[in-house]
Amino acid sequence: MTDLIEMTGIGKSFAGVAALRDASLSIRPGEVHAIIGQNGAGKSTLIKILTGVYRRDAGVVRMSGHDLAIAGPREAQDAGIATIYQELSLVPLRSVTENVIMGYEPRSRLGLIDWKAAHARTRQILTRFGVDIDVTLPLGRYSTAIQQLVVIARAVSLNARLVIMDEATSSLDDQEIETLFSVVRGLKDDGVAVLYISHFLDELYRICDRVTVMRDGRTVATHDVAGTTKLGLITEMLGRDAGEIQAAGLTALSGGTSEPGRTLLQADGLRTRTGLRGIALDIRQGEIVGLGGLLGSGRTEAARALFGLDPLTGGAVHHHDGVALDSPAKAIAQRIGFLTEDRKVDGIIPHLSVRENITLAILPKLRKAGAIDRLRERQIAQHYITALQIKTAGMEQPIRELSGGNQQKVLLARWLALDPEILILDEPTRGVDVGAKFEIQSIIRDQVAKGLAVLLISSEFEELVEGADRIVVLQDGRSVAELHNPGVTQDALINAIAHHHDKGAAA
Amino acid sequence: MSDPTMIHSRFDPARHGALIALVVILAFNLIVTPNFFQAQTLFVNISQMATIAIVAMGMTLVIATGGIDLSVGAVMALAGALAPLIFLSDFAQANPGLGLAASIVVPVLVALFCGVFNGMLVSCFGVQPIVATLILFISGRGLAQVLTNGNLQTFSNPAFSYLGTGRVLGLPFQGWLVLAIAVVLTWVVTRSIFGRQLLAVGGNERAARMSGLPVRRVKIGAYVICSGLAGLAGLIVVAINSASDAARIGNLMELDAIAAAVVGGTLLQGGRAPIFGAILGAVIIQLVKYTLLANGIADEVALIAKAAIIIAAVYLQQGWKE
Repeated sequence: MTDLIEMTGIGKSFAGVAALRDASLSIRPGEVHAIIGQNGAGKSTLIKILTGVYRRDAGVVRMSGHDLAIAGPREAQDAGIATIYQELSLVPLRSVTENVIMGYEPRSRLGLIDWKAAHARTRQILTRFGVDIDVTLPLGRYSTAIQQLVVIARAVSLNARLVIMDEATSSLDDQEIETLFSVVRGLKDDGVAVLYISHFLDELYRICDRVTVMRDGRTVATHDVAGTTKLGLITEMLGRDAGEIQAAGLTALSGGTSEPGRTLLQADGLRTRTGLRGIALDIRQGEIVGLGGLLGSGRTEAARALFGLDPLTGGAVHHHDGVALDSPAKAIAQRIGFLTEDRKVDGIIPHLSVRENITLAILPKLRKAGAIDRLRERQIAQHYITALQIKTAGMEQPIRELSGGNQQKVLLARWLALDPEILILDEPTRGVDVGAKFEIQSIIRDQVAKGLAVLLISSEFEELVEGADRIVVLQDGRSVAELHNPGVTQDALINAIAHHHDKGAAA
Repeated sequence: MSDPTMIHSRFDPARHGALIALVVILAFNLIVTPNFFQAQTLFVNISQMATIAIVAMGMTLVIATGGIDLSVGAVMALAGALAPLIFLSDFAQANPGLGLAASIVVPVLVALFCGVFNGMLVSCFGVQPIVATLILFISGRGLAQVLTNGNLQTFSNPAFSYLGTGRVLGLPFQGWLVLAIAVVLTWVVTRSIFGRQLLAVGGNERAARMSGLPVRRVKIGAYVICSGLAGLAGLIVVAINSASDAARIGNLMELDAIAAAVVGGTLLQGGRAPIFGAILGAVIIQLVKYTLLANGIADEVALIAKAAIIIAAVYLQQGWKE
């Protein structure tokens, strides 16, 4: 059987740094194929070459045995390749129908859009996926999961032969993921191939047939998923010894033994317009305080309030120096850092270099006669590039050219450079590969051992349970319980969240 | 592979494209335009280019914050109308030295105040830059015309006219002024704290705020510098002509300045501020105007040529983003 897609010997460099060297990928018709690898392994670059976003420097791409030359998204679509990105590429204010048929509208005899036919076709397509919604309403009214299904529906309506899903599940809840998976199985039954990119290895075992492992811009291996083990795949991704990984445990945050010191920050009855309705917590020197809770329980909102981003409508934050923290600038002046969840929106300054991004929060300290002390700036940047093992062509490389995990390390460096007393970490390892995740976690643990206080927000219960000394459980904008380590288990945390949730629902 | 010099020597069509365009225009003129290779031609072009360049440098800073300033032409008119009013007044006739100083300082101060007004609207009240600066775009020139009763003011004041007609080392004074301003602003952008903050705010305002940067102050600063430079350019125009017509000073300057900034490699979405690029852009726009004029082509055609240049520059920017 001819492979649907066959990429061989693909090479690509950016600014003289090789992102891909001799990478390959083959996808059979009607299979679900996964690509895994650390950030910077070259997954995204390979896919962007397939979809015509980047031009390859070397190699061959074939589709069903024919050479494929694609120069843009439209040509990719016409060739039968549809991509569903992490960030949805839709128009939320327009109707579902318009989003599905955009660019391929059915015309009436007068050359106008035939809306009746368009709505009917959209309904018909969506029904195939078990989605029954009013297609005339604006797409933005529906949940992310529905929106994602609409993108897939659009892809299928364009007779896609390959659907690429880039981190498609990262913003979905369990039930929505289930729906998505059944759609993937349906696509497979129709003979459509799916290329699946995800950081969650568990998902791969549930729906994928084969998996391609990438490392350092090369294709390491392609396996039938049934014949692999999770540990085996991780070993291949990292290029490290399996025993070593097992010994390190699931997260590198655990293992702290230091006694917490004096109280640095104390919050009582915090209320905000962003949905906080009574948060109380305190943070002490040398400890990690976790914030547990479901999505929407107010974890990020609590962090933003402490950092002075959202004004308080009630309650108070007491800093040990007695300073009011009513703006990020004041919080930063008190050596509080905030590593935000969305590094693209709230973190990186894309056009600035790695050096300029690292020193952004400490600019006032680098002032020398109105100018920036360039020598010191370079020393600081170099120090953190080395210490955090940031993979970059040099400190002058624009940060946008770095992989996600390395961007995250640069942002961590931005806050560590502040020599912080308190560091707020909002999902510090989300969207970061296993290797970088370990590194980031151990850096944080080292800093905590030296007296840093951390407020940790994480949707990964493992990270919270193993990492935090105490976990403050939030629910509907209130702090409802506090769990103390050692002794907290994932079940205990889930119980705490669920228990109070039931009580809240009953009240 | 990890040679750091790679990054600096990378091809940047936004900048190199403009250089190539400049070479093409110069070559074309040397062959076609009569008397192009003469000192007089150089002087005329420098003095004409200078006002565009001065305003374009300020515009570059504003665009670098992700904004735009439509009011520069009107601010030029306001400053240009004020100066003769001051040095033709009875007070200045009595104290020529003081009058001359006041006729330069007061208009520039008024221009700076216009910048504060624009900056406050944009950063404190969250008005879209294009709308915020539209206010002065309309009312600034109106105010200038009211101040002068719509009259053309002519004067003879050699000291003031030095701004527009003076020579230093044989070259027009305002050419040196452009160079001096460019050197200072380049230092500001690349070395100063304010410059770094400016690029960060333009590159990602939310991230800049999260990192504790004084976002409002930085934006106001950019608009103030831009307006101040526009005021200065207004004075130069008046000095060149020894006459001030509030209806015409700086007319359509906002478009020239934006075009020069974009041709020079400034990204309209913010985050980059190539100061010398803006000068390069101003030179190209001036030369295109001159080329058409010297070859007897109507002024209106020059406007179309300018539009073509902007389109080409934006096209190259898109290519640069890959």
